[in-house]
Amino acid sequence: MTGAATTVITDPGLFLNAVVAGLLLGGFYAAVALGLSVAFGQLDIVNIAHPAFIIVGSYFAYLFGARYGFDPVITGILLTPVFFVLGMAVYSIYYASFERTGQESLSGLAFFFGLMFIIEVTLIMIYGVDYRLVSAPYIGVNWKIGVVDFPLRMAIPFVVSMLMTIGLYFYLSKTFIGRAILAVSQDRQALQLMGADPVKIKQVAFGLALATASIAGALLIVIGPVEPSINREYIGRAFAIVVLGGMGSIAGTVLAAFILGIAESFVLTYASPSWAPAVAFGILLFTLAVRPSGILGRPS
Amino acid sequence: MAHSILRRLAVSAAAFTALAAIPALFSTPAVAQQKPIKVGFSMALTGPLGAGGKSALIGMEIWRDDVNAKGGLLGRPVEFVYYDDQTNPAKVPPLYTKLIEVDQVDLVVSSYGTNVIVPAMPIVMRKKMVFPALFGLAVNDEFKYDRYFQIMPAGPVPKEDWSRGFFQIAKSKNLKTVALAAADAEFAQNAVDGARKIAKSMGFEIVYDKSYPPPTTDFAPIVRAIQATNPDVVYVGSYPPDSVGMVKAANELGLKTKLFGGGMVGLQFAAIQKNLGPMLNGIVNYDFWVPAPTLNFPGIDAFLKKYQEKAAAAGVDPLGHYLPPWAYAYLEVLGQAVSATKSLDQDKLAQHMRTTTYNTIVGPVKFGANGEWASTRALMVQFRDLKADNLEQFTKAGSRVVLYPDSVKSGELAFPYRQ
Amino acid sequence: MRLGGFWGLMAAALLAGLAFAALTNNEYYFFAAYAILQALIMAIAWNILGGFTGYVNFGSAGFFAVGAYSTVALHKFLPSIGIDAPLFVHVLAGAVVCGLIGLGTGYLTLRLRGVYFAIATLALAIVGQTFMNNWGYVGAAKGTSILTPDPPQLFWGYVSFSSYVKYLFVVMLLLSLMAIVISRYIATSRFGRGLAAIRDDELAAECMGVPTLRLKLISATVMGALMGVAGAPYPFMVTFVDPQSAFSLVIAVNSIAMPMIGGTAYWYGPVVGALLLGTAQEVLSVTISSELNVFLVGVVLVGCVILAPRGLVGLVNDMRAKAKRHG
Repeated sequence: MTGAATTVITDPGLFLNAVVAGLLLGGFYAAVALGLSVAFGQLDIVNIAHPAFIIVGSYFAYLFGARYGFDPVITGILLTPVFFVLGMAVYSIYYASFERTGQESLSGLAFFFGLMFIIEVTLIMIYGVDYRLVSAPYIGVNWKIGVVDFPLRMAIPFVVSMLMTIGLYFYLSKTFIGRAILAVSQDRQALQLMGADPVKIKQVAFGLALATASIAGALLIVIGPVEPSINREYIGRAFAIVVLGGMGSIAGTVLAAFILGIAESFVLTYASPSWAPAVAFGILLFTLAVRPSGILGRPS
Repeated sequence: MAHSILRRLAVSAAAFTALAAIPALFSTPAVAQQKPIKVGFSMALTGPLGAGGKSALIGMEIWRDDVNAKGGLLGRPVEFVYYDDQTNPAKVPPLYTKLIEVDQVDLVVSSYGTNVIVPAMPIVMRKKMVFPALFGLAVNDEFKYDRYFQIMPAGPVPKEDWSRGFFQIAKSKNLKTVALAAADAEFAQNAVDGARKIAKSMGFEIVYDKSYPPPTTDFAPIVRAIQATNPDVVYVGSYPPDSVGMVKAANELGLKTKLFGGGMVGLQFAAIQKNLGPMLNGIVNYDFWVPAPTLNFPGIDAFLKKYQEKAAAAGVDPLGHYLPPWAYAYLEVLGQAVSATKSLDQDKLAQHMRTTTYNTIVGPVKFGANGEWASTRALMVQFRDLKADNLEQFTKAGSRVVLYPDSVKSGELAFPYRQ
Repeated sequence: MRLGGFWGLMAAALLAGLAFAALTNNEYYFFAAYAILQALIMAIAWNILGGFTGYVNFGSAGFFAVGAYSTVALHKFLPSIGIDAPLFVHVLAGAVVCGLIGLGTGYLTLRLRGVYFAIATLALAIVGQTFMNNWGYVGAAKGTSILTPDPPQLFWGYVSFSSYVKYLFVVMLLLSLMAIVISRYIATSRFGRGLAAIRDDELAAECMGVPTLRLKLISATVMGALMGVAGAPYPFMVTFVDPQSAFSLVIAVNSIAMPMIGGTAYWYGPVVGALLLGTAQEVLSVTISSELNVFLVGVVLVGCVILAPRGLVGLVNDMRAKAKRHG
């Protein structure tokens, strides 16, 4: 077996592919974590139900694909306004029940836990526990550039995710509302003095966060089969990415997503894949121990 | 005067008797006022195995309805008492104790899946009940219970028999090197353990042997790592989402190997088959029943028709080739034992089930000493000539060609998988 | 609750439990009661760090599972060196192992803001599950079977049990009462007042000289130990342990939901919450069954935090106070 082993370790094609696969995967992870980065990173809302909303997005993509033949990514983009409005509604309930009374730490958390279960079970009751898949012309197609593979099933989610992230980044840094969102997380009172209503701003922000779930869900079902309880697999990853990247930093989130993707890819390729989850969360624990504010976060 | 009273009495008596007879007119013959026979079980209706469990339940209900339409068992109607165990082992002991002690069921059968069958064993063993079981791998290895009967046709040494056919095919083509990949989960690990043993004993060289965590999103790195070792044979033990991931990645990257497949769960499910379509071509994987002329047992077609009608409404596997026929069969053998011994005595039933060959909709069933099948009928099938987006092709013979065992072989191997 | 009244209540609960065990041999009730008592200990344990100190632990299932797996490992190891250990050895081992893990976790993360601690506990639970998935000695991902032992004869044969699960029920009853006693002791002691100070305003507590880190570490250790105690007898009840079910998210959520429903500020809050929600879940599993069980937890949790943020106990106290004002 030594012969095969040395080939594995020194093969440059394998290494390059591991990096590329990691980046593609990381790009997708960024889409998953983006909404949480806004909700948790900027607004301090521990929305543990975010992956559950992503799965709802996946099911919409499945439904529109099965019934009307829509491409999943198109569905995801089309439904962002719906998710946006939903996000604003959820935030209003959250604000009225918890933030106003100062209870958000524990009660808010429990609220989202409960919401996560309700979403999961509702999906089960409507669609059952069977895996759902979508077909699209680009699923199964691979572009080979030199020695590197770019399976479109991973590459297209990567591109869509990056576009969404860049779009959100510019929105937050260039538009008035976007900057108000960044401001409300830093200094609420200053924002009030400037005449903007922090509650309305946060509503928009949370709406945006949930809107990303629509697209992320569509990307998820392009990559692989979906059933209601797989939201649990992404809770850990999403929070790990946001914390690793640094609270309040979109760029940090993307960077952390790439790091996670590449770490997973390398463990899957070279080491024992069984340890992949431990590697990801080990990185997180290490970060928390050494630099809790994350890579690009502001040290508190 | 007495005459008219007598007449009135006679008329009332006649009317009363007539009224009393009306219920008898509406009840099915011989089943009218009898105490039902209760069959108790827990079933994985939610949780990881929920999809399979739900489809199994439909198959079981068809059996119950079939039996009751013919007058029941021992002239009594059959009734189910069941609970959802949520694929959670912790729920199983209380549910089976409730079934036996509180609900007082006459017969018990198992749930679906090793991890919810094992916790029921100590309880049924204490109560000395016959325990027909549905698809658990090597459950009886530890317990060695002589009243356990597993309907999955893996064979007398289930962990190995499961993959024996695959490696025999590999041997017949003089292949040398093997890559083993398995999900970090119960069945896949057991399957690959057996595969490893058989591969070693048959003299194959194992060049890759790793497990991956089930929530893996992208399987391309794993497929590449496997490719880097250039194996002749790739044996994968996986669950539905990873089976899909592996097949898609293998197709996208153009995995070059001579024999690919093995123990991939999920490639037997209709929704996945339809979605993967031509990506499945050439894969040699396990199955237990496929539409092939060599497996056309009496009753299977009628069963599948009944199942498919109900499945559409219930949101489960629309074709029902994988689990439902076996869910019907494990009750079928129990029912035939009850009818043959004319009793519900667990001792007599166990004796009968140990020694009889039953004729069921999945063919002849004979149990060996350890409760597993006396001889293996774990099929190795090869997907062939599949087109995209076509569910119907899976109902026809030829979409899955049976290569093993010889007794039901329906075609030859298309070799190699890909050069 | 006055001290005399409290001990009276504990004694009454113990006697009622023992009488129940003596009067019936129907194993189903013992299994159902076991599940409720297990949830009770987990809820009480969680509340020590969560409700009393204000640090939310997302990874309760991790502590529970480690307690269960320490039993699995010991149960395999001790007979190989000729020792046949009774159950309380496993319980003690679970308490020690998980207590140490609680201490370690705390040491690494309790210096962080509360929400980082919560995420770190989640990460640890996942690392723990990955570790168990790979540890062949305890069965790795395949899981492992534990054969049900014979019911023990205690006190030189004077006390015997008709079934092993009855014995487990009595053991869990004793452990639950012990957990309640510990919890009440913490709540009413100086230590507990220190924890409450940390929960209400950690910075202010520090300024007032409360040794916050030390108190938090003790709190985390006690929580870990109690969760280990809840998990230690589990393998003997379920007879099949695998990482996926031992590290179940439902265990984690129940350990948060039950104290919240009961009321996290009071030592009897988790007891109320566990008894109510636990019993409801047991009843639902054999009636309506299926996914409604999980739905129930979700709806009750959301409803409770919106309508009764201080839990049922808080609600009752509020109603009583209102009645007093108007009465």
